[in-house]
Amino acid sequence: MINFERVSKRYEEGRDALRDVSFSIDRDELVFLTGHSGAGKSTLMRLIMLIERPSRGEIIIDGQNLKTVSSRAIPRHRRKIGVVFQNHQLLFDRPVFDNVALPLVIGGYDHREVGRRVRAALDKVGLLERERAMPVTLSGGEQQRVGIARAVVGRPKILLADEPTGNLDPALSAEIMRLFEDFSQVGVTVLIASHDLALISRLRHRIVTLRDGRLVTGTAA
Amino acid sequence: MARSGGASQSRTRWRDQYNSWLRHHRLSAADSLHRVLQHPWSSLLTWMVIGIALALPVGLNVALDNAKLVSADWDSPAQISLFLNMDVTEAQARQLQRELADRGQIASTDLVSRDAALDEFQARSGFSDVLASLDENPLPNLLVVTPVADIGPEAVLALHAELAARPQVAQAVLDMEWLQRLNSLMDLGRRLIIAVGAMLILGVALILGNTIRLAIENRREEIVVVKLVGGSNAFVRRPFLYTGLWYGVGGGVIAALLISVSLWILDEPARNLALSYQSNFKLQGLGVMGGLNLVILGGLLGLFGAALAVSRHLRHIEPR
Repeated sequence: MINFERVSKRYEEGRDALRDVSFSIDRDELVFLTGHSGAGKSTLMRLIMLIERPSRGEIIIDGQNLKTVSSRAIPRHRRKIGVVFQNHQLLFDRPVFDNVALPLVIGGYDHREVGRRVRAALDKVGLLERERAMPVTLSGGEQQRVGIARAVVGRPKILLADEPTGNLDPALSAEIMRLFEDFSQVGVTVLIASHDLALISRLRHRIVTLRDGRLVTGTAA
Repeated sequence: MARSGGASQSRTRWRDQYNSWLRHHRLSAADSLHRVLQHPWSSLLTWMVIGIALALPVGLNVALDNAKLVSADWDSPAQISLFLNMDVTEAQARQLQRELADRGQIASTDLVSRDAALDEFQARSGFSDVLASLDENPLPNLLVVTPVADIGPEAVLALHAELAARPQVAQAVLDMEWLQRLNSLMDLGRRLIIAVGAMLILGVALILGNTIRLAIENRREEIVVVKLVGGSNAFVRRPFLYTGLWYGVGGGVIAALLISVSLWILDEPARNLALSYQSNFKLQGLGVMGGLNLVILGGLLGLFGAALAVSRHLRHIEPR
């Protein structure tokens, strides 16, 4: 589902964020991406989302080489991917429901379908009663779960999460991770960037480690 | 069979896409209107600015149209004064008057005999003593010829030349200059209005562009998030274009209201003035179509200004 072949990314100021990285992740696999900050985790995620393009190498997502995705087609590519951000990236001027509905509104679903899917996603993350609440009134953990609901509401094939448990206590973090495991069990490819080694080593999934932009472990599929 | 199945499937997909496109237009339009109405005072201010800027040139144009109507009401656009030779008697002058009155191009003729002219001159000029001391009347017979209203200036000129060439006529004076002056004055006014109007309309587009730019800045984070979860540029652009449209339409409505109210206030004095000149002239307003056109013009300007701002500012907002 996600294939990196000898991918390098050098930023304009000359910093090498990724060097010769190759790995592949299958469908319904859950993989942790780890490494110290600045090791290239975020860059790797940005390459998958086509926020950046690689300097060298090929990235194949869901059978499509990202080289062939024109900038006009980037929005369609992003709709295949659900993303959970470390800082949630919620819109604070509208209630939870509208935040979660955003990908569906962009996808052009009719409002009955939007309502059905949003409630299903909110139910999954345990926030069904808070659909009319404004995001500021939610705790950090609840905001993160709204972010997860928004990421999965469009039923993406791939789920990316960048430090999803960054600011949460261990109990909440474990709960969030359990949610991601559920999604991978229903056929979603999940890639989670995290440096919470204590947590992820307990979870028995493949761990891909980056150090200074190079892949250290986890090459095998 | 598989082929036809594929075709019908792609047709449904096309229809789905069209439906979702339509749905988002409806949503953007409603959401933008909602946002505009959420801040009624600042929106009203924007509407007023646009309304006044639109009402000025359009209102002046309406005033000029009315002025044109008034001047067209004067049925004597030109007069030709024929000063006859001194040896033409009053009887001969009357003969000439009858002859001219039968012509189709001439609406009326008026003879001012030399005796009548002298009496009037004595009565009005204060030179009665001097005039009384003269041996004979120095004034000629005067025949004032008024052409029919609907012949053009060229025909009037031709008539003037022909009358001037008659043996009885010493001098023919065409009294058309004041009309030409009025016409060129109105022409100048019209051009001035076009120039001022063009500047004001450009101003409206820029004001709207700036308003939209601020709206874009205010929603910067939202735009980034929308792009991150797969919103296309067209999707991001749409609400701002609708915002511009609503501002423009509101401005057009305000402009139409301003002009209608001004005309309503001016209506009675104008009618009284016209009555004192024995005219039943009535002020002509914008009319329903004129008002509608103004609203449409406002809407188009709003779209244009918004498109200007959106094309400049939206492209640079990308996820980082």
